Amino acid sequence: MEAASLLAALELVAGGGAGLSPEKRAVLGSSLLLLQRDYRFERVWFWGCIQGVRGAYYIAEGLGPDRAAPRSRLYSLNCVEWSLLPPATKEMVGQAEQLKGRFQGDPSFEYEYTEINAEDAERLIEDGKEPMIKEEVRLVATIEQIDRAVGIIPRGAFVKTPLGSVHENRNFEGLSLTEAKKLSSYFHFTEPVNLKNKTLLEKADLDPSTDFLDSLEHDIPQGSWTVQLEKGGTVVVLRSLLWLGLTFYHVPMTKQYGYIYFGSGEKNLDLPFMM
Amino acid sequence: GPYQPHEPGYGLYQSGYSPYDDQIPDPKSRTLAIQNAKAYLLKSSTTSGLNLYDHLASMLTKILDEQPTNAVDIIENISKDVKWAQFQKKMDTLRDEHEILPTFEAAEKRKALFLTANGEGDEELEEEIGETPLPNVMETAFYFEQAGIGLSKDESYHIFLALKKLISVQPIKICRFWGKILGLEMNYIIAEVQYYEGEEEEETEEEEVIEEGGKGMDEVEDEDEEKEKEDEPPKSTYKPPPVIPEEENGTGANKYVYFVCNEPGKPWVKLPPVTPAQIVCARKIKKFFTGRLDAPVVSFPPFPGNEANYLRAQIARISAGTQVSPIGFYQFVEEEGDEEEEGGGGRDTCEENPDFQPLSVAEMVDSLSTWVHHVQSILKQGRCVWFNPFQKSEEEEEEEEEEEKAEEPDELQQETGPPLLTPLSEDEGIQNIPAWTAQPSTNLIPQHAVAVLQSNRWPGAYAFASGKKFGNIYFGWGHKYSPENHTPALPPPVQAEYPSEPEITETRDPTLEEELAFKAAKEAALAAVEEEEDEEDVEEDEEEEDD
Repeated sequence: MEAASLLAALELVAGGGAGLSPEKRAVLGSSLLLLQRDYRFERVWFWGCIQGVRGAYYIAEGLGPDRAAPRSRLYSLNCVEWSLLPPATKEMVGQAEQLKGRFQGDPSFEYEYTEINAEDAERLIEDGKEPMIKEEVRLVATIEQIDRAVGIIPRGAFVKTPLGSVHENRNFEGLSLTEAKKLSSYFHFTEPVNLKNKTLLEKADLDPSTDFLDSLEHDIPQGSWTVQLEKGGTVVVLRSLLWLGLTFYHVPMTKQYGYIYFGSGEKNLDLPFMM
Repeated sequence: GPYQPHEPGYGLYQSGYSPYDDQIPDPKSRTLAIQNAKAYLLKSSTTSGLNLYDHLASMLTKILDEQPTNAVDIIENISKDVKWAQFQKKMDTLRDEHEILPTFEAAEKRKALFLTANGEGDEELEEEIGETPLPNVMETAFYFEQAGIGLSKDESYHIFLALKKLISVQPIKICRFWGKILGLEMNYIIAEVQYYEGEEEEETEEEEVIEEGGKGMDEVEDEDEEKEKEDEPPKSTYKPPPVIPEEENGTGANKYVYFVCNEPGKPWVKLPPVTPAQIVCARKIKKFFTGRLDAPVVSFPPFPGNEANYLRAQIARISAGTQVSPIGFYQFVEEEGDEEEEGGGGRDTCEENPDFQPLSVAEMVDSLSTWVHHVQSILKQGRCVWFNPFQKSEEEEEEEEEEEKAEEPDELQQETGPPLLTPLSEDEGIQNIPAWTAQPSTNLIPQHAVAVLQSNRWPGAYAFASGKKFGNIYFGWGHKYSPENHTPALPPPVQAEYPSEPEITETRDPTLEEELAFKAAKEAALAAVEEEEDEEDVEEDEEEEDD
């Protein structure tokens, strides 16, 4: 969620019981601004918090002029000092997917690779590298996975210019109440995967400036999002069941929207049994 | 004529209008040209009835009124908006302007919470200010907020008022906001309640009456059955495993009564008491809650009940596993004859300790042995106090002497669990993760920090302690944490039709060759016997002839 509207937004996502203490809220107001100054971001988003066993990671993302470009991610253990995370690679994501269990809360903690996959570990030893995965790598990969899988925006909030870059749509007035309850009004804010597979008829109805992303309608498995109206029906809250802890809020007919993650950073692989 | 896109620059150099034209244009023809142009702009469109002149005028008015930055970049959108506004006005005359949104109804319900009941006099107000079962929800919310846990302030306040309404309706001795469980369509807000003694007897009496009526029916049916005994097929000797009875209201897993509602403002619904079978089954399944109490729970093993029962079972498990308090806050009730304990059951009640001395926050955070469970843990059987289903009462023993004695199954071992008031340091962790994570709420101001516990076995369960105050709460989806994936139980193996004994064993059917061989052998034997008879006859005949 936007750093500028953090306080109001935290009130709206508090329906799940997770939030930030007054101390953290107060310090984030200033430390996120300083991040913007130091790294020359155009926008700073507070991404959320991953709970480890011994401590928690607070994550912020910075966006440049093209909002769809890969975002810079920073983490902090106390919301005061931030460290830049390396960009995520496919290798990192592949390695981290095999790790199970909670985060430890210590970025230099190393997971033993031999427990997970003995063959890969042997290959690594032959190469001369050590068979260990650092928790930092796991953190990067997890944030990348969550953003790619469940980072969402309402339809029409961003426009693609003819030059290819993506900006906020200044004409976006918010979704209406009926539109806000439908899953097709929300898009994944990441490289589209299913867009090319649409039939020509469907593509003809799309508006290329706003419909350049995948919508939530065809997410697998179906039913992995809950849509609820909270606070007496004034806020639409979407919660992901695949990554428990991701909450998206939108106040219909206003420009307020955003998503935040408060959770343990583990994918819910039991989802098909639980629905 | 039709709109034709030309190359850029077309139309700028027509004679008479170019700035580079040396001729002084004729004023008359110029005004005529202006009038023609204006008449063209004022022409109404055949499809929409708008005309370009008015549209451009309203667009420019809007732009000049609002003065957006970089208007040239969004000019097409502004044009669309103006047209859309035009269109809407026409529709308003056909439809009602005021839409009754569902949000208005919800707001009505929430407003009703804030209205005080007007029929009460001053005396009742004085009574309320004294001891009231209403918990101070905002105070607990403040302490949890220091750790970053909790709902937004206005939702907490709505829940506060909803609890007040619940207390005014039901005869409640103690009430507590237990927590919130999220669901797919709606969420549950849960209140934990204890009635005054004697208030709950009405329900149990009704159940007993129904049972006695049922027994009367059974006696009549038995008489009919005796007459028909001759023709009945053999009865199966299958005896289902004995049903373990649920615990009495007010003890064990049913110590507290729980009320739920979907949103503050909606009526509170009482959850039914939990049975051991439901707890045992709830341990094996993992399902999301939908938010509707009457929704069926489709699972394997099949859950005995609907969502209300499943919710109650999960609440019981979470309470038993995560309700903790600082050591010394509760103490055991001292009664006479404490030394005699039946079957090693242990004490099951505790009361507040008036001499409680709180420990400092640093001590509470450093070691887990400063916290204890104050709710009994649930045994594997599904109850807090072990029940022996094969223990026969005196009546049953007399009956058995008359009838044939059936095979007695092996006696079950008595199950024991950790006793009440065990410290948290005895809790088992999962793999290498401890069961609880303790942290102070702030490192910057340790003088006023609050000690906060997070459960790692039931993610979403929290506890805080600060001075003499403590609290427990749950915000989550209602499931236990397991690092391994959930594997559903497999169906049991196919049941054997009959026991295999020396008298009854199954053999294979004889094959065709065996049958033919048997037949041939039999015929050969018969033939041999006939030949002997023939020979004997012949011998007899010969003997007769000789005579």
